[in-house]
Amino acid sequence: MTETLEKQHLAIETRDMHLFYGHFRAVKDVDLQVIPQKITAIIGPSGCGKSTVLRSFNRMNDFVPSFHMEGEVLFHGQNIYATDVDPVMVRQRIGMVFQKPNPFPKSIYDNVAWGARINGFKENMDDLVEQTLRQAALWDEVKDDLRKSGLSLSGGQQQRLCIARALAVKPEIILMDEPCSALDPIATLKIEDLMRELSEQYTIIIVTHNMQQAARASDHTAFFTMDEDRAGIMVEYGETNQIFTNPRDKRTEDYITGRFG
Amino acid sequence: MENQIVKQQVIRMESAEQLVIHKLRKRPRLGETFIQGFLFFCGAVSIFTTIGIVFELGKESLLFFQMPGVTLVEFLTKTEWQPTIGKFGVLSLINATLMTTLFAMLVALPLGLGAAIYLSEYATPRARSILKPVLEVLAGVPTVVYGFFALTTMTPLLRAIFGEQVQVYNTLSAGLVMGIMILPLVCSMSEDALSAVPRSLREAAYGLGATRLETAVQVVVPAALSGIIAAFILGVSRAVGETMIVALAAGSGPNFTFDPFQAAETMTGYIARISGGDVSYDTPDYNSIFAIGLLLFTSTLLLNVISRRLVARFREVYE
Repeated sequence: MTETLEKQHLAIETRDMHLFYGHFRAVKDVDLQVIPQKITAIIGPSGCGKSTVLRSFNRMNDFVPSFHMEGEVLFHGQNIYATDVDPVMVRQRIGMVFQKPNPFPKSIYDNVAWGARINGFKENMDDLVEQTLRQAALWDEVKDDLRKSGLSLSGGQQQRLCIARALAVKPEIILMDEPCSALDPIATLKIEDLMRELSEQYTIIIVTHNMQQAARASDHTAFFTMDEDRAGIMVEYGETNQIFTNPRDKRTEDYITGRFG
Repeated sequence: MENQIVKQQVIRMESAEQLVIHKLRKRPRLGETFIQGFLFFCGAVSIFTTIGIVFELGKESLLFFQMPGVTLVEFLTKTEWQPTIGKFGVLSLINATLMTTLFAMLVALPLGLGAAIYLSEYATPRARSILKPVLEVLAGVPTVVYGFFALTTMTPLLRAIFGEQVQVYNTLSAGLVMGIMILPLVCSMSEDALSAVPRSLREAAYGLGATRLETAVQVVVPAALSGIIAAFILGVSRAVGETMIVALAAGSGPNFTFDPFQAAETMTGYIARISGGDVSYDTPDYNSIFAIGLLLFTSTLLLNVISRRLVARFREVYE
């Protein structure tokens, strides 16, 4: 396979990526290749830089004043950290769902419509709202009361609303930062089913500290841990099945069998 | 023999128990009682002062309304205020107060909110560390200095722009300078409200590809709206009650006018002039200032209550 072809077949590729907070190197030398239309899970113990890595994929770390990075994050073959790249445009293409559901204090309808509206969506907004709420498996629960505040929904519903909101901007990639950590097991399963359906159209990268979730819901898994300098490193990356049944690295094995972390 | 030892042990234990009980016994702590009393006194002073003020204002106002020719209806509906010749229309004073307040808020709201948005959404830590102390200095300037600033800087400036139609004393100049005085209050309260909006909400907006401006104006400001309105209302209440600037720069002598270039006396300006002058006790002039004081007190109290309610509601949303 030639290099250009390979680039087209990757959703995100990092090259020699180092992430820093001030002088502290939080993540060291990550080379990760995310396959499109698959679910990629990032697992690892607390503090190993999983979320930092995820947030560097749509430049959410830009808001941390001390943050800087070295290396490249390629999206369609283009380094999103190049000086001529607008982070706002990056975030339109690479959406995000956060750890804690964070709907706007607006109506359900406006929660979904807002992102599309600011990004210049000119077609029928009602259709878009219905379509994305259906995609997020929330439509049947809220269709009679779209004017209700997004904050009045339950935690699981709020998180699906946040997913619908992200979908309405029509991104290619959806980053999920421990999206179920604030939810109960039933709401968690709903989100996992939803992820599976969405992965037919979208590339999903999920950070989770729940190993069962990674094993259940992802196609590929990257295992991160800390080295002796407390910097996050990627130990192993491969198909989820292989990582959980036949890890190549001793540290991965220790982690997934529960001997560490 | 054995019995004896057991007995002795029991006695020893009892005495030990008594020792403990003795140690646990309540004892008087004089210092504590004294401090508690003193602290209660501190709180009570402000309460009794407030009660005293309300009582005094009410009593003297009653005296005013009992004077011949004074009726509450006339007081609140007529526009001519000349108590010495029996004209008790407080509207001219209220009108001047509302005008200076309006001009003040036209300055304080946009500038204060703009500065607050800049501080909470845009400013680098360095810019913040410069701007915040400057605003605090602005808040610390004595109002009499603002009054002179209005009289000797703002009014000449207005005259240079609008010409001779601007009188030496005018409500516009006083109002604009009052706006500068209130700006730090509106700014810091609005900034508190904006900063209290959780970061997760901003991240949600940025994550959808929103710019800083879209995030600030369409997400953060609406989420902080009740806090901002509270800041605005408190600013109004400050402007209504402000005395020194209007006394110095807005003019003395009641004047019912909507012309911002004319001199017109506000409620506070009138009270300051009468109470500082040589008006004798129990004349209509003298008694009227208590009625006006009561009016001022009620309106600012009302505004403060509304603003407190709004701040409380705003706190509920995110905690």
